[in-house]
Amino acid sequence: MSPKPGTPMGSASQPLPPAVDVAIVGAGIMGLALAYHLARLAPRLKIAVVERSYLVSGASGRNGGGLRMQWGDAGNVRLMMESIAECRGLAQELDINLWFRQGGYLFLARSEAGERRLIRNAELHAEVGAPTRLLSAAEAQAIVPQLAVDDLRLASFNPDDGVVFPWPFVWGYATQAVRRGVLLRTHTGVSRVEPRADGYQLRLTSGETLQAQRVVNATGAWSHGLNRGLGIRLPNQPHRHEILSSEPLKPFLDPLVVDLGSGLYFSQSTRGELVAGITLPDAADGSDTSLTLHSSLRFLGHISRTLTRLMPITAAMKVLRQWTGPYDVSPDGDAIVGPSPGHPGFIQVCGFTGHGFMMAPAVGRLLARWIADGTAHPMLTRWDPGRFAAGQQSRREDMIIG
Amino acid sequence: MSDRSFVCRCEDVTLAEIDHTLARGLATVEEIKRYTGLGTGPCQGKECVGLLCRILIDRGALRPADAQPFTARPPVEPVTFGSLAAAVLEDEQP
Repeated sequence: MSPKPGTPMGSASQPLPPAVDVAIVGAGIMGLALAYHLARLAPRLKIAVVERSYLVSGASGRNGGGLRMQWGDAGNVRLMMESIAECRGLAQELDINLWFRQGGYLFLARSEAGERRLIRNAELHAEVGAPTRLLSAAEAQAIVPQLAVDDLRLASFNPDDGVVFPWPFVWGYATQAVRRGVLLRTHTGVSRVEPRADGYQLRLTSGETLQAQRVVNATGAWSHGLNRGLGIRLPNQPHRHEILSSEPLKPFLDPLVVDLGSGLYFSQSTRGELVAGITLPDAADGSDTSLTLHSSLRFLGHISRTLTRLMPITAAMKVLRQWTGPYDVSPDGDAIVGPSPGHPGFIQVCGFTGHGFMMAPAVGRLLARWIADGTAHPMLTRWDPGRFAAGQQSRREDMIIG
Repeated sequence: MSDRSFVCRCEDVTLAEIDHTLARGLATVEEIKRYTGLGTGPCQGKECVGLLCRILIDRGALRPADAQPFTARPPVEPVTFGSLAAAVLEDEQP
């Protein structure tokens, strides 16, 4: 059921007061999930969310909509078990159809190195309690009969992983946040953040100013600009990723399939479209680490060759549309969350390296608690923004896809 | 005109749904595309975007001089993965 006609979910004309307790910059899923949970936990806090464009204009509206527990790090597995558990009741809670479908994730290993990764991950998942199991080529083909498995060494499958349609998540959190008193202003950028004795002053592109005791930087791949203005140096940076969708077909594909060697992933959305992306070598012109969101023919050719080899039946399917979105890439593959070095009132929730959407349901809830009453959950404190300067990067999450 | 008048025939988006979207505060073609799915079917908006702009102008939500289609997404028309896989594409040549 969709929200009642006329229920607002933010607008360019939403009035803002001169001062709020918490200002969240960026109305992607991360900023809005946080705003929603914060408004529930601390109804007395005055909360504003400022978005420079329309809802779902950034990475939250451009991703492939996958949610998986299959990670290489136990902390990420646990976090995603929480996030997926949260998604089970979220359509009712947000009163909107999220098109959440648990068809599993099927990872394919065609090399010895890939095989070792899947075996190591499956052992880790068993320790944590995620229901991942290893499959032979024949077993993988039983799940996806159209798959070419001649050089497949091993597969892993987790039936609880799944896909969603990303856009309604954003509208659902926006609607419920606004319903709880959050002020959501769209089409308004933050041009500068200035420290004040009691917090910060945000200068908005509309010419207004907004005072806030605490500010949250939830602008993902665009976060660098705001941080730099405050002298906060963090190593995350944008990286272009392309994706496409096909014409809609009857349901034929249950899991989201990932080929480890090529970085190809594809799933069938609840709308029936095949949604697919792939790891593409960077273009020579340096545009891949910029925020230019152009589409390339290079991507179409590369993904079509890889996809038709792995799923020959797709040769007859038609591409309808391709687009681009940014990953907000952190050097160790892990997010950057918490008070900024030198700026305890300026809180980061960035650096999710292409998996922010799937983590947002859990991260929004945990970060809201941290901001509301100071309870810092270990799932978030391991992502301390100070770890880079302190040289405490201990590992790199190796299950980054696309 | 009936509430069941279709604006986007590929994705079955009706005039009543456009009005519902406006009532929720979404007023631009990019927002309406995403909220209703208008223009995301096989024609990729070629049939419906002009009509949508006309409706927005009639409703006072858009000035004629500001009317723009949403961002065009390649390919221009649907192409099979098979033909893309077989083609030697211009920007891949050494």
